[in-house]
Amino acid sequence: MAEKPHASSHIAALKKSATGIAGFDEITLGGLPQGRPSLVCGFAGCGKTLFAMSFLVNGALQFGEPGVFMSFEERTQDLMENVGSLDYDLQGLVDQKLMVIDHVYVDSSEIEETGEYDLEGLFVRLGYAIDSIGAKRVVLDTIEALFSSFKDTAVLRAELRRLFYWLKERGVTAVVTGERGDGLLTRYGIEEYVSDCVILLDNRVADQITTRRLRVIKYRGSSHGTNEYPFFIDEHGLTVMPITAAGLDHDAPEDIVPTGIEGLNQMLDRGGYYRGSSVLVTGLAGTGKTTFAASFIHASCLRGERCLLFSFEEAESQLLRNLSSVNLQLKSYIDEGLLRVESTRPSLFGLEVHLARMYREIIEFKPQTVVVDPISAFHGPQSEVHATLLRLVDLLKQRNITTVFTSLSDAKTTRAGLDRAISSLMDTWISLSSVEADGEYNRLLYVLKARGMGHSNQVREYHIDHSGIRLVTPYIGPNGVLTGSARLNEEARERRAGELRQRISEQRQRGKQKSRDELERKIAEMRAALEAQEQEDALLDHDEISQLQSDDDSRRQLARARGVLE
Amino acid sequence: MTTTDVHDPDTHTVSGTATTPAIDPSAVGQPGHYALRLYIAGQTPKSVTALRNLQRICEEYLSGVYSIEVIDLRVTPQLAAGDQILALPTLVRHLPTPLVKIIGDLSNTDKVLVGLDIRPEPAN
Repeated sequence: MAEKPHASSHIAALKKSATGIAGFDEITLGGLPQGRPSLVCGFAGCGKTLFAMSFLVNGALQFGEPGVFMSFEERTQDLMENVGSLDYDLQGLVDQKLMVIDHVYVDSSEIEETGEYDLEGLFVRLGYAIDSIGAKRVVLDTIEALFSSFKDTAVLRAELRRLFYWLKERGVTAVVTGERGDGLLTRYGIEEYVSDCVILLDNRVADQITTRRLRVIKYRGSSHGTNEYPFFIDEHGLTVMPITAAGLDHDAPEDIVPTGIEGLNQMLDRGGYYRGSSVLVTGLAGTGKTTFAASFIHASCLRGERCLLFSFEEAESQLLRNLSSVNLQLKSYIDEGLLRVESTRPSLFGLEVHLARMYREIIEFKPQTVVVDPISAFHGPQSEVHATLLRLVDLLKQRNITTVFTSLSDAKTTRAGLDRAISSLMDTWISLSSVEADGEYNRLLYVLKARGMGHSNQVREYHIDHSGIRLVTPYIGPNGVLTGSARLNEEARERRAGELRQRISEQRQRGKQKSRDELERKIAEMRAALEAQEQEDALLDHDEISQLQSDDDSRRQLARARGVLE
Repeated sequence: MTTTDVHDPDTHTVSGTATTPAIDPSAVGQPGHYALRLYIAGQTPKSVTALRNLQRICEEYLSGVYSIEVIDLRVTPQLAAGDQILALPTLVRHLPTPLVKIIGDLSNTDKVLVGLDIRPEPAN
């Protein structure tokens, strides 16, 4: 009977025993109080037994602390089968002497009480089990079952009080589970005896969806998170979702991650989204929200970054098939381990559980890019949806994870409802729409906002075809922006008009040329006439001069002949 | 004597069988035979009272057709699980079937007789 090596430990700081339950140790700043009993209570089916079992299994596997599971309700075999849904190999732990499972079964119908008794037998059994493997952890599940077995509750209460005291003396960390009673934490009020740490588990149904919640009601000698924390149970055991204190203290990285769509990059002044920002892609059904998100994933994977895609609408294989039709081949990235797709139906869990699961995946996979497709799949009270998203966004921003959320908007309530509620959480908002004109629908894109960078104010048409998403050069004409056939029509009309104008101008040109030619011809003629005139004039002049000369000559000859001269 | 348990781990000196009649192997399994087992933990006032009461009742009503095995869980704690012992002292009637448990110091003889399903006629 080893005693009190740990007993005086609480004089300094309270020592804690880590439970290994994801999230719970954070809330309680280290786990359950070491060497003391803690009470875990809640209604039937809220996960008390699993909580207790996780505490033991994790203790044995992760912290080298063997444990005793004393079950007052389930048989050992049933218990092993029941937790078989988790990855817990209880038989293996028992074989390795890391765990003892003792089923305490008392059938009140075969018991007659005559005279005084105590529960020393329970102490002996527990003591023996503890000693046989050197247990540091003990679970009593659910000890209140004893109240239906023994008539003398006064004795029972005294013995329980003694039991918890005894457990403390032994220095084992104990978890005592208790079924919740009316107005009390436990049906028989054993919280009176186990008062160092009380944890309340709860299982609430809202809109046919169950959400499990955990709350630390009391923790003597230690501070702890006081909120209700959602938790869930799956094959990895229990996961508690610690609500981040909505901190707005994350870094704001400067670098840019391209969107994966050439045209969209150009619409954003910096050529992409900021790393760690949250991007919202909203649109009607069939506007290609998923394709937009997947294009971003594709681009991220090309850069060698890890991506996590939460799909709430399509199964992984369907998603991959559909995306390969638009030239987004993501299969190889999954094989390389760069991309992970988590497909779940949104109605499978409550919001909180979704959040918790996503949280766990994010912690585990450490992605640089996350896509949630779509957030409109989350049903629930508006405020709750908002709170959930807020926490998710905070979580992602703290880790500098760039996230693309898609959201299905409905034709009538576009930019209302959910969109408006979450708009404040989003850094970049790309709105996709589909416009009916001339018997066809055309897809349009608009960057509604992009915090921290300039962006195009244009509504752009885009096509989704076998090569992916392609933004069409915008047609901006006198009649506004046109799309689809109207755009083609208008372009054709414009072309025709252009041709006509050209013809007319050519004609006019030709006319001008003609009249100029005529003028020039006239000018030439006149010039020729002038030349002829000038020639004539010159000839006349010449004749005249020669006449004068010859007159002169003849006069001189005459004179010479008369001998007047010399 | 209602002192709640004297918690003394070092009194392993008790051996119940020394003070009880040995089980007669030939008698076990015979019709009408009572195979009884009394679980105690050390020589507490309650265990002593229980054993004394049991012996008295058996001699009175079951003379010759009973065997008592006293198991001290201080000595052999591993035996507690077998008969699902929680309360001490516990008297277990293995035979005749069905299994019956009587807890307490057996001070109420009538209840013990009812519990063990013994008709008072044979001896009285």
